[in-house]
Amino acid sequence: MTEETITLEIFRYRPEREEAPAFQAYEVPCRKDWVILDALNYIKDELDGSLSFRWSCRMGVCGSCGMMVNGTPVLTCGAFLSSYRPGPIRVEPLANFPVVRDLVILMTDFMEKLNRVHPWLIRHEEQPVSAGEYLQTPAQLAEYKPYSMCINCLLCYAACPVYGLEPTFIGPAAIALAQRYNLDSRDEGFRQRTDVLSQDDGIWECTFVGECSTVCPKGVDPAGAIQRYKLTAAVAWWKHFLLPWQRGT
Amino acid sequence: MSHRPRYRRYQPRLYQRRMPIFWWVHRAAHIRFITRELTSVFVAFGALELLFLVRALGQGPAAYAAFLAWLQTPVALILNAVTVLMLLFHSLTWFNLAPRALVLHAGGRRIPDAAVRGLNYAAWVVVSAGLAGLLLAT
Repeated sequence: MTEETITLEIFRYRPEREEAPAFQAYEVPCRKDWVILDALNYIKDELDGSLSFRWSCRMGVCGSCGMMVNGTPVLTCGAFLSSYRPGPIRVEPLANFPVVRDLVILMTDFMEKLNRVHPWLIRHEEQPVSAGEYLQTPAQLAEYKPYSMCINCLLCYAACPVYGLEPTFIGPAAIALAQRYNLDSRDEGFRQRTDVLSQDDGIWECTFVGECSTVCPKGVDPAGAIQRYKLTAAVAWWKHFLLPWQRGT
Repeated sequence: MSHRPRYRRYQPRLYQRRMPIFWWVHRAAHIRFITRELTSVFVAFGALELLFLVRALGQGPAAYAAFLAWLQTPVALILNAVTVLMLLFHSLTWFNLAPRALVLHAGGRRIPDAAVRGLNYAAWVVVSAGLAGLLLAT
């Protein structure tokens, strides 16, 4: 019995050879337990060793293997070939980012933006070690935990038309991670982050398309995080406007 | 000299893609989003119409009667019918999105999304009923 196959149309860009990218078709076995990443590894090992793509954990944790599959950003380690039968399946690098080679994008812009939102715990004054740990109740943990699930896979940036049209926009994941720390009971850095995120390229740039939350493989809901941040920032601004002598946190 | 930089080893020549003008026509979610954004035009129209009505009222009975006569023309009737539909779409989608932005707590527990949505709808009904009562009483 011959094995069922499926065609992958893959975005190829080899800057040392080609001026412009083109699609190349490969036929791979359509095995029941294979995901698109398995098919890419099959192509690399058996058909064309020049194909370049990023991957690492194969279990939806590292966030390296995000690509556009039939126009939708997905983690290719979690997208089964059988769901795309009979094909063909079009695989492209994540949208809205410059392409380095084939399916590899340049993520420098995101790394710079992530750094700008201070994604770490900020304290005005550290308590001495002798005072013990900063304790937290389960309810306080639940406040920020959903946002801490972000794996920086950048699918949300690829799904965000605002980022595509206005590349200066800080973007969904960076703002969701800012919220992760803002909502942490141990953190005191809301003002610092809001100084960055209330600029033109921050939270107010978001028009609530909502696709970032739809494509998020970890259920982070960056769109909700941004809208929630808008409300908190607006309340903080009014408080500061009406009661300027009171310093907010 | 070529406009495109030559590829040199370890210095990648990046391929930059651009969003097409009609980026929003390929996905149903994007079409819904653009439709919702466009409904804002009708929200603005409704607000302007109300302001012109108030201005006509201030200008005297003749101006007010002329404005009411315009409101009864087929063009105004169709425009207002479309505006009502668009405002309903705008309001309903807004109320459904409200729990994403409004996270409330009571007694140390988070108020469920359905309750936040329900409170918004309830406030809408109460304000609308109040306004209707005020208008019908005069």
